[in-house]
Amino acid sequence: MATKQPINDPMIDPRTGEYAVIAPGHNFKSVTQKIAGLVLTGNTPLAWFGGLVFAGGIASLVVVALTWLVLKGVGIWGVTMPGAWGFAIINFVWWIGIGHAGTLISAILLLFKQTWRNSINRFAEAMTIFAVVCAGMFPLIHVGRPWLGYWLFPYPNTMNVWPQWRSPLAWDVFAVSTYATISIVFWYIGMIPDFGTLRDRATLPLARYFYGMLSLGWRGSTRHWIRYETASLLLAGLSTPLVLSVHTVISFDFAVAALAGWHTTIFPPYFVAGAVYSGFAMVLTLAIPIRKWYHMEDLVTERHLDNMAKVMLATGSIVAYGYGMEVFMSWYSASHWEFFMMWNRMFGPLGWGYWMLILTNIAIPLTTLWSRKLRVNVTWLFILSIIVNIGMWFERFVIVVTSLYRDYLPSSWGTYRATKWDYMLFIGTWGLFTCLFLLFVRFLPIIPMSEIRMMLPQTKITRGGPTAETVSEEMS
Amino acid sequence: MPRKEGIYGLIAEFNTPSELVQATEEARTAGYRRMEAYTPYPVEEVAEALHFHKNRVPLLCLLGGLMGLTTAYLMETWIAVYAYPLNIAGRPLFSWPAFIIPAYEWTILFAGLSAGFGMIALNGLPQLYHPLFNAPNFRNGATTDKFFLCLESTDPKFSLTETRAFLERFHAVSVVEVDY
Repeated sequence: MATKQPINDPMIDPRTGEYAVIAPGHNFKSVTQKIAGLVLTGNTPLAWFGGLVFAGGIASLVVVALTWLVLKGVGIWGVTMPGAWGFAIINFVWWIGIGHAGTLISAILLLFKQTWRNSINRFAEAMTIFAVVCAGMFPLIHVGRPWLGYWLFPYPNTMNVWPQWRSPLAWDVFAVSTYATISIVFWYIGMIPDFGTLRDRATLPLARYFYGMLSLGWRGSTRHWIRYETASLLLAGLSTPLVLSVHTVISFDFAVAALAGWHTTIFPPYFVAGAVYSGFAMVLTLAIPIRKWYHMEDLVTERHLDNMAKVMLATGSIVAYGYGMEVFMSWYSASHWEFFMMWNRMFGPLGWGYWMLILTNIAIPLTTLWSRKLRVNVTWLFILSIIVNIGMWFERFVIVVTSLYRDYLPSSWGTYRATKWDYMLFIGTWGLFTCLFLLFVRFLPIIPMSEIRMMLPQTKITRGGPTAETVSEEMS
Repeated sequence: MPRKEGIYGLIAEFNTPSELVQATEEARTAGYRRMEAYTPYPVEEVAEALHFHKNRVPLLCLLGGLMGLTTAYLMETWIAVYAYPLNIAGRPLFSWPAFIIPAYEWTILFAGLSAGFGMIALNGLPQLYHPLFNAPNFRNGATTDKFFLCLESTDPKFSLTETRAFLERFHAVSVVEVDY
């Protein structure tokens, strides 16, 4: 494959024929200056303010929708019998699924020593946290009285009421709250050395104070680094089963219910694969504009995009297998109800949602992702990532709505129609997510500087004592 | 802690990790023990040269995880069996398989928090003031692109003149005294 590329392309490693992870010519100082410069710059691009105002405008829809929700109750949404779960649960599962790629990149790829992840893990983790913020809101407001949300947790109270531990909804509280906490801790600990760098490079006293506090006085001591590396590895090792368990538990919310279309054992692996699929799509949606606007093409290279596209191809294929297996089992189970559910899902009144899902999640991505040319075509990848995000939203829509609205008794059949408040809240969370992300790219280091330094050729230890002069010549 | 006076140590600045590793190894061979290297990214070879192999972060993580596991499992059992027994479709009050999931989550939660905050505590952080920040060149490079070796004055072998001469042998960019 590599032979088709021009041989003198500087981005291609001549030994492996692969795209280089970092463009050649960088050294410790240049990567530090480049990444720290984004945060410590005195002139913020005007487009950033424009983007923040625009995204903030969209995010204000959340405020409006939530205010009205608190005043009137969940009756303003389209949820009713039999479709008791609607947009809130769809959006919850969709957002939290998006978050999963961040943990996958930061944890699983760290354990597998996939160093290419170093360039993208910070903003993938940030994406996780902001996605969990958006996701966590939905179950909280779906309980109807969000100000009593703390009732979900076990605590001694005068009502003498405790959670019911056989319910997946109680498991969900534990899974999602643990996920949010560990993600934030992992993200913050990852940033401590970079805060030290920002503290030392900042010229404004306020910035020096702010990053100095956040850095906790980090000074790069070797003993600190060793403990730090141990803690990072342990957190990665813990996040890996955590991320797999979170979407598994979310799939139990469905799979434990005795409802045709939900009651299947394939849900846990298929939910996790779908989560990673949509998450990588979202990382691409975010990474492609950022690397362009901030001129990060030498740190987030075609190699990263290509690798992420390959992960999408793999997880997308698992998702496709899941869809196929659902159809197969509805026939093989010989259950009248299962069979009807699948027929209704495909050809019922909301059947267009199913075909939309097949088109956007399977037909378009899984045909084009095989081509290396298209995998490194930035424009196409960006479009594709949005298509997959739409597709994964439809997957949740199809699972939640088409299983519910026509259940066992035809006399209780109904339909589901989202109201304008549902749409406002959903669209508002895009604005909230974008706002948080814009604040992140402005004030926090978007690429982990210490980890990028580790990938540079200058880190090679040469024994036998080179003199300082020869080394500095090599470096320059 | 009484206010310390005098000098904290001598700090040598290097351009490359290889020079730092060599200097650290030779300082160790020469008998120095109270020393520390400062690098902009983790350099395992320096830790080896310092003979720093063991750290207690994994132990804290394990203890935290076990604590989370037992706390959650006992809490669930106590609630489901004694505090608030509910008959859910005739299932046993002690439905132990269902209790695994929250206990699993709390194992990870407690283990992760212990690893993260344990690392910070073992490192003695937050420590916003440190004598090294007084060295004029330290903040310019330690978190960017320079490699430092500090031989501390508490070491019995430390002597301002001899130690300085020792460090200057390694083609250091500079050797600076660090005040408290």
